[in-house]
Amino acid sequence: MRYVKDAALVIRSKNAGPYELTFDLMFPDKETFDEVRSSITREDIAQLYGIDVSQVLSIVHFKPAHAIKITIVRPHASGDLGETDVYGAQQHAPLLKLTY
Amino acid sequence: MDEIRVLSPTAILGYGFPVSSFEEGLKRNPHVIAVDAGSTDPGPYYLGSGKSFTQRSAVKRDLEFLVKASVERNIPLIIGTAGGSGARPHVEWNLDILREILEALNVDVPLAVIYSDIDRKLVHEKLELGQILPCGPARTLTTETLSSTTNLVAQMGIEPVIKALQAGAQIVLAGRAYDPVSFAALPVMKGFDMGLALHMGKILECAAIAANPGSGSDCLMGYLQHDSFILEALNPQRECTRLSIAAHTLYEKSDPYSLPGPGGRLDLTNTTFEQLDGGRVRVSGTVFEPTENYYVKLEGAQLIGYRTISIAGVRDPIMIKQIDSVIEEVKKRVKDNFHNLNDYYLHVHCYGKNGVMGNLEPSPHPGHELGLVIEAVAATQDIADTICSFARSTLLHYGYPGRKSTAGNLAFPYSPSDFPAGEVYQFSVHHLMQVEDGTVLFPIEMRGSQK
Repeated sequence: MRYVKDAALVIRSKNAGPYELTFDLMFPDKETFDEVRSSITREDIAQLYGIDVSQVLSIVHFKPAHAIKITIVRPHASGDLGETDVYGAQQHAPLLKLTY
Repeated sequence: MDEIRVLSPTAILGYGFPVSSFEEGLKRNPHVIAVDAGSTDPGPYYLGSGKSFTQRSAVKRDLEFLVKASVERNIPLIIGTAGGSGARPHVEWNLDILREILEALNVDVPLAVIYSDIDRKLVHEKLELGQILPCGPARTLTTETLSSTTNLVAQMGIEPVIKALQAGAQIVLAGRAYDPVSFAALPVMKGFDMGLALHMGKILECAAIAANPGSGSDCLMGYLQHDSFILEALNPQRECTRLSIAAHTLYEKSDPYSLPGPGGRLDLTNTTFEQLDGGRVRVSGTVFEPTENYYVKLEGAQLIGYRTISIAGVRDPIMIKQIDSVIEEVKKRVKDNFHNLNDYYLHVHCYGKNGVMGNLEPSPHPGHELGLVIEAVAATQDIADTICSFARSTLLHYGYPGRKSTAGNLAFPYSPSDFPAGEVYQFSVHHLMQVEDGTVLFPIEMRGSQK
């Protein structure tokens, strides 16, 4: 078991429009990318963020950037009452605990 | 024409750029200077209030360079999403800056202004025709929402900008535009491939954010050919790498293989990224697929009240241990005291516990000190001030179980402790609307001399 954070070059979060939150995990080469990508599931993400699996909209493997892209429904639209992170740029920390 | 060169000076008009990078760009003889001036990222306030999230003097500083270069070289300058959100007040604000610059230079160039504001009546009709769809997990659009929306815009595609250029405009100031549009309009007009032009625009709109190391305040050059395009950083301290460019395609999107926009989508299934010498990257294989019906994205925001905040720290471990119940008790006290005011929102952000992630926080364990932001939102500023002030004073002196520090519970960094934060907006419209074609919604007004 190894931490994804030790293999990744980039782990980041950002709004994808006001209603979605998207996470990018990028790896240095095809080998690492291939090794990690099969082991990250929608269930893992749901568990990490304490949300229902239905809120995990997609996990896309983008080969040209050796990247895994995960998109979830925002808890509310960006800037709604109760907002904590308008740009969604600091929602990635739980991903640092992902293992493969 | 085998190649068209597009200079992107900065990620957002007003974010700045080094003059040396811009001059490097001009040495490459660009056919057009294009810049994106907006984003929905800063939240609903800016669209709703009609204000820009960039500062006037910073926008003017950037625009002066761009206008001078456009005038001296007789090349088009295209500005997308004027004023940050592209509604009429944003466009007028940007136009005023532009006029000031043109007057100071004493030049009169043909200028086109394209508006993107949408008539509520049309949206009502389209709603009834079933030609409005939610864009992703958006709210349902109702008549009430529409009438309380202060600014309602649609993202234009390349068509209105091409129309303005064909009408002889040298400077195009566009309202809300799909980000790649400013960069792709002239190339498509000159017969270059739509898919490649839009993909290049998608990267250029963020300028040097796509380079390595990335920066939102530096230039990027795009060279569009008929079968591919090349990107080049213009600052010797940066380069475009295969990874930085491919990675940028992911930015702020949910599916990098399929990027929807006005009238169609970009398909990146067969896109390749190739490293060239000199810190340049070649991209090819991207295809534009028009959708059967032309859809534009609508964006709107509505006023929901007025906000007042108060900032304070807590260091007492006995209080920190029971912070949740203390806050709940204070909320009850406020409610009890103002039972005639039931329509307000009171929230306390707990930094050091779950201030950044709220309910998504997997480990809401407080540290040795907490930063609190008490926030009240109500129908008037006066009510918001009242609720915030009362919550703050109640929390300051609240006698929680086991309390030893009976002189006060909060450490305030400021006097006054409370800050009226003004109007609060929320995104109310984020929908797709079917239209006959890409030009119908976006009136073009020509200003200045005609060539």
